Amino acid sequence: MKIHEYQAAALFAQYGIPVSEGMPAFTPEEAEQAARSLGEGPYVIKAQIHSGGRGKAGGVKMAQTPADAAARARELLGMRLTTKQTGPQGKIVRRLLVVRAMRIERELYFSMTVDGASGQTVMIASAAGGMEIEQLAEQAPEKIFRAQIDPALGLMDYQTRNMAAKLGLTDEKEKQFMHLAAGAYRLFTEKDCSLVEINPLAVTAEGKLVAADAKVNFDDNALFRHADVASLRDVEEEDPRETEASRYDLNYVQLDGDIGCMVNGAGLAMATMDIIQAFGGKPANFLDVGGSATAEKVAGAFSLLLSGKNVKGIFINIFGGIMKCDVIAQGVVEAARKMAVNVPLVMRLEGTNAEAGRRLLHASGLNIVSADDMADGARKICALARIQNNGEEAHE
Amino acid sequence: MSIFIDGNTRVIVQGMTGAQGRFHSEQMMTYGTKIAAGVTPGKGGTECLGVPVFDTVRQAQETVRANASIIYVPPRFAANSVLEAIDAEIPLVVCITEGIPILDMVKVKERLERSRTRLIGPNCPGLITPGECKLGIMPGYICKKGRVGVISRSGTLTYEAVNQLSGAGIGQSTAVGIGGDPVRGTGFIDTLRAFNDDSETLAVVMIGEIGGSGEEEAAEWISDNMKKPVAAFIGGRTAPAGKRMGHAGAIISGGKGTAESKVRALEEAGVTVAPTPDRIGEALIEAVKRVGIYQDVLTAK
Repeated sequence: MKIHEYQAAALFAQYGIPVSEGMPAFTPEEAEQAARSLGEGPYVIKAQIHSGGRGKAGGVKMAQTPADAAARARELLGMRLTTKQTGPQGKIVRRLLVVRAMRIERELYFSMTVDGASGQTVMIASAAGGMEIEQLAEQAPEKIFRAQIDPALGLMDYQTRNMAAKLGLTDEKEKQFMHLAAGAYRLFTEKDCSLVEINPLAVTAEGKLVAADAKVNFDDNALFRHADVASLRDVEEEDPRETEASRYDLNYVQLDGDIGCMVNGAGLAMATMDIIQAFGGKPANFLDVGGSATAEKVAGAFSLLLSGKNVKGIFINIFGGIMKCDVIAQGVVEAARKMAVNVPLVMRLEGTNAEAGRRLLHASGLNIVSADDMADGARKICALARIQNNGEEAHE
Repeated sequence: MSIFIDGNTRVIVQGMTGAQGRFHSEQMMTYGTKIAAGVTPGKGGTECLGVPVFDTVRQAQETVRANASIIYVPPRFAANSVLEAIDAEIPLVVCITEGIPILDMVKVKERLERSRTRLIGPNCPGLITPGECKLGIMPGYICKKGRVGVISRSGTLTYEAVNQLSGAGIGQSTAVGIGGDPVRGTGFIDTLRAFNDDSETLAVVMIGEIGGSGEEEAAEWISDNMKKPVAAFIGGRTAPAGKRMGHAGAIISGGKGTAESKVRALEEAGVTVAPTPDRIGEALIEAVKRVGIYQDVLTAK
């Protein structure tokens, strides 16, 4: 789960990580008030969306006075920001963070995440802050320093001291860095984070280390033990269809194609997207209904797919193991009876109770094309979706 | 021979009395798996499906002397169950549970490395040695006893691969689902090594997906060590970056973990990579024909 910068900054402050003096604002008036209460300008008005690269996209503006802050806020609120991470559709700015501008001398990079290969938390830092870490990793990997943290020992002082030395932080700054890293590790472990990132970590003209940006992601699997974290979720930042899917406890990712897919199992669901593409189609989504879906869940998934405006066909690809094919078929039939199905439907059933599932489909009288295997199904749905597309064009 | 499990595997089921545990225990027993005991805290002294239930793994182990355990425990308690099995020195532990917090697995992993236990999973379908032992949730009837090893990060895609192999008359020595989480026990290399050393196994099918670098590391290991032909499929060529595709570990982040990178690494290591998921069986046939052992992997027409 992702949260906004201002929420992450509040968590940082709670864990003793110094942050820019700032306040969130939802309206231009609030932005003006925030600026006034922060003291003398200049100020930085930052768009709050769940994406990096906001500065480059025009989502960060300078303001000299509180009135100026209100004017900049008016420009930003409601603006559609398109960054590398948001995709072409961009994201609407609904929240702002107003901070006092700092005089920055150096920009560092700092983060913590779990490294799958070692199975340990790693502290990552670089003296080349400000730029994207992915870009840095490509251009100058030698400038990125890493330290693995033994979960039984926790982050040791010597590790942080070594890191400080590599970053060229000495004396008072070294002490501040030690304090900051310890706070970050406590935050990371206590709140089950998947990422804590400070980019840039500013060294100010006054010699202070300050988190000039704050990014925290959480492990969805651990939200059950952090009600406080779960309450920070902003559903407006999510694709509405993905939010809807999470209500049915479905794994769903919105894509930009026109063939809806419903599959059991994440691996098979990805492979289904791939094979649709291989046969010249474009998948509209990733959808894994899971290994033990009920007829209701399947019906929910099916109606979710049908509600997609640009969906020109649906491919249901099931390899029943634990999941019984007749249960899936029953869910689809129920959903199709309740909703108008105006697009072609191809269904491939394999595995447990496949024959019973196919019988249910035939008996339903619904216009469902049966497929012999995955490739046959992909070929059929791509051809049918193409006809559907051509038909619509001819109609226009 | 086979790897990790065979007809002599004796199993403790952790979480046996829950709905999932009970259902799958029954399925495993029907397949022929020797289940010796169940463990559910608070249910000690009772019986489930004709086997004794204990409060702790240690108590169960003292009585039944099992050599494997399988875990069907809800995610918030599952890490504790794995650690309990490690503490009781169970040699093989399979964790089916999906949704374990990653920092719980970080702690488990640390303890695991200092133990003699092999962990398969979590978030996996388990493993099967056809005709001998099924330790997991896969549909046993699609498997056929034979000489091809299967390793996969995905459950249903394992079934797909096994089904294609069986359909082509190619049986399996053991099929292992290593799971879709980023921090897991046994990985690709451990499993490849076991298949490499197993005299029964003549070739291997490996199924990977986007996210992490396990496939790239496996490719390097294959090119240095593997004596047997390997065919592969990588899922997620069309997956967008930055989005988690169902599995916690299936995410392309910062340009790392793409399908292209994995396919390239595997092909450079001499692995036959199937371009689409319907051609996994074909890829294996191509790989074994190249070294002239096609007839040897055929189990039945």
